[in-house]
Amino acid sequence: MSAALQNLVNQPYKHGFVTNIESDIAPKGLNEDIIRLISSKKNEPEWLLTFRLEAYRRWLNMVEPVWQNVKYPKIDFQNISYYSAPKPKKKLASMDEVDPELLRTFEKLGIPMHERAALAGVAVDVIFDSVSVATTYKEKLAEVGIIFCSISEAVQRYPELIRQYLGTVVPPGDNYYAALNSAVFTDGSFCFIPKGVKCPMDLSTYFRINTEESGQFERTLIVAEEGASVSYLEGCTAPRFDTNQLHAAVVELIALDDADIKYSTVQNWYAGDENGIGGIYNFVTKRGLAKGRNSRISWTQVETGSAITWKYPSCILRGENSVGEFYSVAVTNHHQQADTGTKMIHIGPNTRSTIVSKGISAGQSNSSYRGLVRITPTARNARNYSQCDSMLIGSQCGAHTFPYIQVQNNSAQVEHEASTSKIGEDQLFYFAQRGIDAEEAVSMIINGFCKEVFQQLPLEFAVEATKLLSFKLEGSVG
Amino acid sequence: MINANSKILLEVHDLHATVSGTEILKGVDITVRSGEIHAIMGLNGSGKSTFAKVLAGHPSYEVTRGTLLFDGQDLSALAPEERARAGIFLAFQYPVEIPGVANNQFLRLAYNTVQGQRGEEELDPLEFDDFVREKMKLLKMNPDFLDRSVNEGFSGGEKKRNEILQMALLEPRLALLDETDSGLDIDALRIVANGVNQLSNKDNALILVTHYQRLLDYIAPDYVHVMEAGRIIRTSGKELALALETHGYDWIHTDEQVTETRP
Ligand SMILES: Nc1ncnc2c1ncn2[C@@H]1O[C@H](COP(=O)(O)OP(=O)(O)OP(=O)(O)O)[C@@H](O)[C@H]1O
Ligand SMILES: [Mg+2]
Repeated sequence: MSAALQNLVNQPYKHGFVTNIESDIAPKGLNEDIIRLISSKKNEPEWLLTFRLEAYRRWLNMVEPVWQNVKYPKIDFQNISYYSAPKPKKKLASMDEVDPELLRTFEKLGIPMHERAALAGVAVDVIFDSVSVATTYKEKLAEVGIIFCSISEAVQRYPELIRQYLGTVVPPGDNYYAALNSAVFTDGSFCFIPKGVKCPMDLSTYFRINTEESGQFERTLIVAEEGASVSYLEGCTAPRFDTNQLHAAVVELIALDDADIKYSTVQNWYAGDENGIGGIYNFVTKRGLAKGRNSRISWTQVETGSAITWKYPSCILRGENSVGEFYSVAVTNHHQQADTGTKMIHIGPNTRSTIVSKGISAGQSNSSYRGLVRITPTARNARNYSQCDSMLIGSQCGAHTFPYIQVQNNSAQVEHEASTSKIGEDQLFYFAQRGIDAEEAVSMIINGFCKEVFQQLPLEFAVEATKLLSFKLEGSVG
Repeated sequence: MINANSKILLEVHDLHATVSGTEILKGVDITVRSGEIHAIMGLNGSGKSTFAKVLAGHPSYEVTRGTLLFDGQDLSALAPEERARAGIFLAFQYPVEIPGVANNQFLRLAYNTVQGQRGEEELDPLEFDDFVREKMKLLKMNPDFLDRSVNEGFSGGEKKRNEILQMALLEPRLALLDETDSGLDIDALRIVANGVNQLSNKDNALILVTHYQRLLDYIAPDYVHVMEAGRIIRTSGKELALALETHGYDWIHTDEQVTETRP
């Protein structure tokens, strides 16, 4: 990513209503008063408060899920502060104050010198022409009628759109963490592509002028109207640190007739140290509704961070001929745990879905693929192809595959392929004997293994993701 | 060719090595000067491949005694990739398959790594493509092999040719060919042998591990060694290979048949 963009996101928040909020942090704990506080601080309409309160009441009656293949200590939900005033990230005075581990990471990822300071949150005096970058970007989008802003801003400026779509794909009571998110979400992104518009560039969260930490409970809503298309990029390869351990985001995508939404994620949250101390719990609900005829929802994810990842970007294929895709690389090392996969729910006739999942485990980590393909009775001639490959590095890690297939219409065609491989000592020796060291060898093998997924990423992202993977696996072999 | 004044490339003395606690090499001695071609023969399981892997630095093998010098440098201090970059090349008896890694990418990375080490020019993908295709022509290899994954699904003979292609690219100073002839058809044997002969010069050396005289018909060794139970028990000229082919390995033990031993 360019320095200009990065500076942009590190700038204090200048626009929108958020600046009006003066108060700091709500007391710890969760109850209806806290939710009312959040809603009033954010100057929300009554219906949104009702939405939050209903979600909260449902959440109270739900139990934390335990079926996923991950282990973690019980979370004390009363020990979290659910609201804090947005504030700019703390700036460091010089590069000397930056965590050396982080600097080493930048080195490895090949992030140019001048960008490192900005990424690490060091105050830089010479700010590139970031305001004009942002302005040009916003202008370009506005020209074609695209809305791209924070969800809080959208609630103020486009309340009718938010009301129409929010919670329609992931209802407030969908699952434990989605209910929690619906009750207390504080920010996130909103993106609206009007009828017939092909978004002229990849939309990236870097561009959203919103510099405060997005918080633990991020909410994203993307709507593509008839014939519209958009490619959305979330996250970045640079490591992200956060003092909040629990992250429970919700992402909803809605594609109307002939619309196309491509959502790419590179997730590199802090994973904890080599001994498994610390790290983010990333419990995310991501779901796309392919509502219209010939619509398409495509998820691509490269999951490398977090102590625990628990997410299943899914597609509900309601429209006739609609298409759902899921391309995933999940890397775990040290003591990381990942339980990830997808759900493809075929409802409309002639719906098609493709699942390509690549799990890479190293160290003492554990990675599970969990996928559901459901062909409902109305889904005539539905087709699914799933491929789940696991790669093990070393002998102390684990890979598991849990494919669930439910077919209720016998015209369906469902194919599932799975494989497990290992990077063996003899393969590495073969590389070494040709002068290639273990790190480069692993990176080559891994890139070969992940090729089909990386091909789905925008080029620049793919290059970064490739380096990121090698970095994550460094030292796990040889 | 033998030239007593040429430089000693490899000097192995009393080499002992173990794998998972079992001693396989029990005192190997061998000296190789530049310009020489050596053949190592011996029964299955006598330790030939083990010797090759120890020389190349395979991490599963532990050297427990003896010395291993390459160009005067103690090899035990070098990681396997450093040995390779210093010019030691091993054509494997059983080359491994590496699914997902394109052969051309692999070959180019290996080539550029070694070139970089020598302070010579590295090639970009297009330049390399031309270069590697030329080398493949010499070995009569179909360029389609460039786009396939390294060794994946290659036939036994195709794998062996891919090994020689790598040798041709890397131009090692000491090449160890572990049964490269096994599994090659007669035409391929001739092609590979020709390729090897072309690569051979006064500054490099070659060790051929083989069971058959037929390879030695094409590549004339200066010395033939016999390995048994982890040691080299006999060293002689190329006539030893012929004698072994006629009489079998037991013949060595039968009585005091007179063969020249290396001074
Ligand atoms: N991991 C191991 N544990 C125990 N013994 C081993 C191990 N690996 C190899 N060996 C033994 O070492 C001996 C030497 O094997 P090596 O492969 O060097 O023989 P070779 O001379 O190359 O035989 P061939 O002519 O069949 O290729 C064999 O008896 C083999 O079984
Ligand atoms: Mg052998």
